[in-house]
Amino acid sequence: MATRILHWLEDRLELSSIRRLAVHKEVPVHRFSWAYFLGGAVLFLLMIQLGTGILLLLYYRPSAEEAYESVQFIVAEVEFGWLIRSMHSWSANLLVGMAFLHLFTTFFMKAYRKPREITWMSGVLLLFLMLAFGFSGYLLPWNELAYFATQVGTDIVGAVPLIGHPLMVFLRGGEQVTGATLTRFFGFHVAVLPALTTLLLLLHLGLVQKHGMSVPPKMIGKPYQTLPFFPNVLLRDIMAWYILLAVLVTLCAFLPWELGSKADPFAPAPQGIRPEWYFIFMFETLKIIPSNVLGIEGETLGVVGFGAAALALIVVPFWDYLARRLGRPGLLTLLGVLAVIYMAVMTLVGYL
Amino acid sequence: MPKRRSLLKAFLSGSIAASLLSVFYPVFRFLIPPDKPEASALSVSAGSSQDLAPNTGRIFRFGSRPGLVVRRPDGSLKAYSAMCTHLDCTVQYRPDLQHIYCACHEGHYDLNGVPISGPPPRPLEEYSVQEVGGEIIVSKVS
Ligand code: FES
Repeated sequence: MATRILHWLEDRLELSSIRRLAVHKEVPVHRFSWAYFLGGAVLFLLMIQLGTGILLLLYYRPSAEEAYESVQFIVAEVEFGWLIRSMHSWSANLLVGMAFLHLFTTFFMKAYRKPREITWMSGVLLLFLMLAFGFSGYLLPWNELAYFATQVGTDIVGAVPLIGHPLMVFLRGGEQVTGATLTRFFGFHVAVLPALTTLLLLLHLGLVQKHGMSVPPKMIGKPYQTLPFFPNVLLRDIMAWYILLAVLVTLCAFLPWELGSKADPFAPAPQGIRPEWYFIFMFETLKIIPSNVLGIEGETLGVVGFGAAALALIVVPFWDYLARRLGRPGLLTLLGVLAVIYMAVMTLVGYL
Repeated sequence: MPKRRSLLKAFLSGSIAASLLSVFYPVFRFLIPPDKPEASALSVSAGSSQDLAPNTGRIFRFGSRPGLVVRRPDGSLKAYSAMCTHLDCTVQYRPDLQHIYCACHEGHYDLNGVPISGPPPRPLEEYSVQEVGGEIIVSKVS
């Protein structure tokens, strides 16, 4: 019976072609093989986000009057509500962390080189989408910290030259952060961003399948060992996911995500307002730029700088190409190291 | 022939462009929130004036924005927009410092709304304030 069902499916879906693909895939074995697990880890956490996000949707209400109360309801009344919400918040943070690690390892192993330029670019865009998820999701519980963080964050967007103000109004749904902003961010968070993510993710993963695993440049031309993806590497992947899940649940159990107090636009801002950790290095940068540089407002300068940095990150494969043509292949690595140090130091400064 | 062909091409691309425009223009306009007139917020009451003791402040609604009225230690009244000129956080009056204070990034303003330390680049927007029959009436200086 089972074989008949399999045959029936085989005739229609050609499952064996997928199996052939899985059997052919091989993963190189070397000192940095652990880096091959990071992409899978991001994917796993993304699935957790999708699952917990859908669950939260069943009770969450996206309006200024009800958002905070509905999250409170989820946490206090719904069975395991605290767990689902904590998972969603913690996993978001792990996800961004893993995505950054994935970016750094890809960068330093030069996995963006031909033919993987598009894989790199789609990956960077996916990272930006993850940050947008983080920013839009932060407001949804409608608590004090989130309210003022959004106020500050969107005000920074307002510093973009020319289109800054209209862009800010578009994000806020008006001149101020109000219930309209909440509804908008909800729309971005559960519809627009997921749709874009799905498209880019399909491209990204499709390309990874097409090109196979990259090897670090030092090993190209030398013989190296490989491990079949199916089932050897997949089983190791699953082990990594179990470990991640254990870390995640431990975090949720011991440090359940706080809700804080309800946002009140007519109350003074609370002390120690601060964005999520992955925005802190930008935030600190804005603080150290003087308020006026050669007649340009410091905020504007900062925002333009970040825009340029984001663009530079997207086109890294072409920088690399250029650097090699100029006979300075190490230049980009040096820049990368400096960038990582800068981000780490600025983040630390933000917490001191 | 080529003349007629290029004419047809122009028609075709023109109508494609027009139909795209007719689809995206409404979408684009839809995305921009409507301007609500702020006329209602030219003058508002900030509550009773007896309840505001010297050296205290109170946040009130000025239309959709928060405002701050301060009774200075000498008894005179001042009113400002409570939106910090740095990054839009809501400021508060700190009786212990006799300053207006923004907790977001430690901004301090003096009793005339002029920044004295921290990141705020500009003074707070000032409103005119009057006491009418025991009530504090705040209005925009136009
Ligand atoms: S928003 Fe007030 S000091 Fe930054």
